Amino acid sequence: MTNAYIPFPSEIKEVIKHTGKEYTFRMHFVGDVKPGQFFEVSVPKYGEAPISVSGIGPDFVDLTIRRVGRVTDEVFEHYVGQSLLLRGPYGNGFDTSLYEKGEVIVIAGGTGVSPVRGVIAALAETADAKDKHVIVGFRSPDDMLFRDDLKDWEKKLDLILTVDGAPDGYTGNIGLVTKYIPEVPIRNVAEAQAVVVGPPPMMRFSVMGLLEKGFQEKNIWVSQERKMCCGLGKCGHCRIGQTYVCLDGPVFNYTESKDMLD
Amino acid sequence: MGYVLQKEGFSKLIETLGKQYRLFAPVLKKGEGRYTDVDVVRYDLVSSSDQIELEKKSDYAFKEFLTPLSETLFFFAEGNVKEADLDMRPVIIFLRSCDMHAVKRLDQIYLENGSEKDWFYARRRGLVSFALIGCSHSFENCFCVDMKSNVTKDGYLFSVDQIDGKIYSDLKDDGLKDLFEANAESVQDVTPQYVKENQVHVTIPDKVDNSIYKHPLWDEYTSRCIGCGRCNFVCPTCTCYTMQDVYYTENGKMGERRRVGASCMVDGYTNVAGGGQYRKTHGERMRFKVLHKIFDFRRRFGYDMCVGCGRCDDVCPEYISYSNIINKVNEAAKAGKEVQ
Repeated sequence: MTNAYIPFPSEIKEVIKHTGKEYTFRMHFVGDVKPGQFFEVSVPKYGEAPISVSGIGPDFVDLTIRRVGRVTDEVFEHYVGQSLLLRGPYGNGFDTSLYEKGEVIVIAGGTGVSPVRGVIAALAETADAKDKHVIVGFRSPDDMLFRDDLKDWEKKLDLILTVDGAPDGYTGNIGLVTKYIPEVPIRNVAEAQAVVVGPPPMMRFSVMGLLEKGFQEKNIWVSQERKMCCGLGKCGHCRIGQTYVCLDGPVFNYTESKDMLD
Repeated sequence: MGYVLQKEGFSKLIETLGKQYRLFAPVLKKGEGRYTDVDVVRYDLVSSSDQIELEKKSDYAFKEFLTPLSETLFFFAEGNVKEADLDMRPVIIFLRSCDMHAVKRLDQIYLENGSEKDWFYARRRGLVSFALIGCSHSFENCFCVDMKSNVTKDGYLFSVDQIDGKIYSDLKDDGLKDLFEANAESVQDVTPQYVKENQVHVTIPDKVDNSIYKHPLWDEYTSRCIGCGRCNFVCPTCTCYTMQDVYYTENGKMGERRRVGASCMVDGYTNVAGGGQYRKTHGERMRFKVLHKIFDFRRRFGYDMCVGCGRCDDVCPEYISYSNIINKVNEAAKAGKEVQ
């Protein structure tokens, strides 16, 4: 029996700096992993933090980390030339095959873009990419993540990039992601799939917007975020009702997640 | 096969068992209770029969061997990680029927929830067998009968009932037959005593709908409960823990990762990086805990988590009665159905 609690060292291959407090760490990893899954990132002495996979390659995974707590502070301070300790991947991840054909809308806010970056990247490469709609929102122009990806996605699929607020003179979209949901052209709303990831209020209002637009509950997918100490269904912190976010999620169909009350 | 032992015979039996097993049993600790001059019964390793408390209910649960309040998982030494050693001698835990039923709940979470077994729990669990302490009567706050945890028919090596100074024992394990033969006064069929009637009764609702989340019954606990978490720490079925890194040197090269018991009633249980927190009020936390014990666990695994030991009611410094809450939830669930 293997001991799932023992982390393995993973070399940091590259660090991509998006903003002052959000970096993507490209970590050596070979194995099965899906967008929406997560790793427990360990920094001895500071602890572990669950971080979702923002990119997947043949010998790496990208972990986009926001500097907001004890562990992530330490990662940012002392990563140079280093490795990090990892456990995982954990969680169910997105079933990207659901979004290959037909109309799809992805709505992501802030670091919520990380878990769906792999989904959006796959959408951009589909034959009917013009039917793939993506609304991405950030707090301000300075908070934008994955700028190179955004440029690439803009060419390939229907991307609406917006910020909550911006200094005078900003020419892009300004407004919450929910503002743009009504104007996304969907021909067959009964069949269209939707993915929503972001801060809890943003998810709640986005789902409301989709339902108003006529989306079916069963076609809406969300990714949840909770405190997790194990990722294995033991520590109890991520439980909501009968559901363990680490095991049964973090990706949920809306028909399930609507009854998950904290 | 059953045996009757005189006090001396039982004493010898325990002494002999103690050479082969570590014995983890309820022990009366004089004056070590929560208030001045108050006794407490809690689990400890024992070496003689007179240390084992067979009369009183233990204030704390047996789980402290299987899920210690603080357990070192592994050591970090520069780049290396090494699992903590464990004393691998076998252990017999002395416990009552409700606690035997609690073992199944601990196993459910640590061994069966998710595809990975908990390596550290499995290692401890593999060392453990049980001795059942019979219950001649119900204790205060117990409601084992309603939770169907009052009877235990198997899963133990032997049982222990102290009646009029003699020990009555139902032996299940053939390997201990010679030891019992050598120390027993007589052989007779023994059925461990069990509780047939409690003073406290609960009715578990079949189903609780989402309206319970906003029900005013929880408001009382927002003001009464102080969020100390004692109910979780004495509960034989609470399994939550939090990871903790402890370092011996400033340079962060030598240290250990522990897990420590966590309580869903205590601040910080749901805190996520960046300041997010779920269930801020004590009423919401009470609802989270109670529904887990009598509904949410059952929805996932098919049976209730709570075993009705009543320790949470015994220990609460605010005299909150959890069995009362169960009945209130049942009333609310019934009222909800009538409205529909």
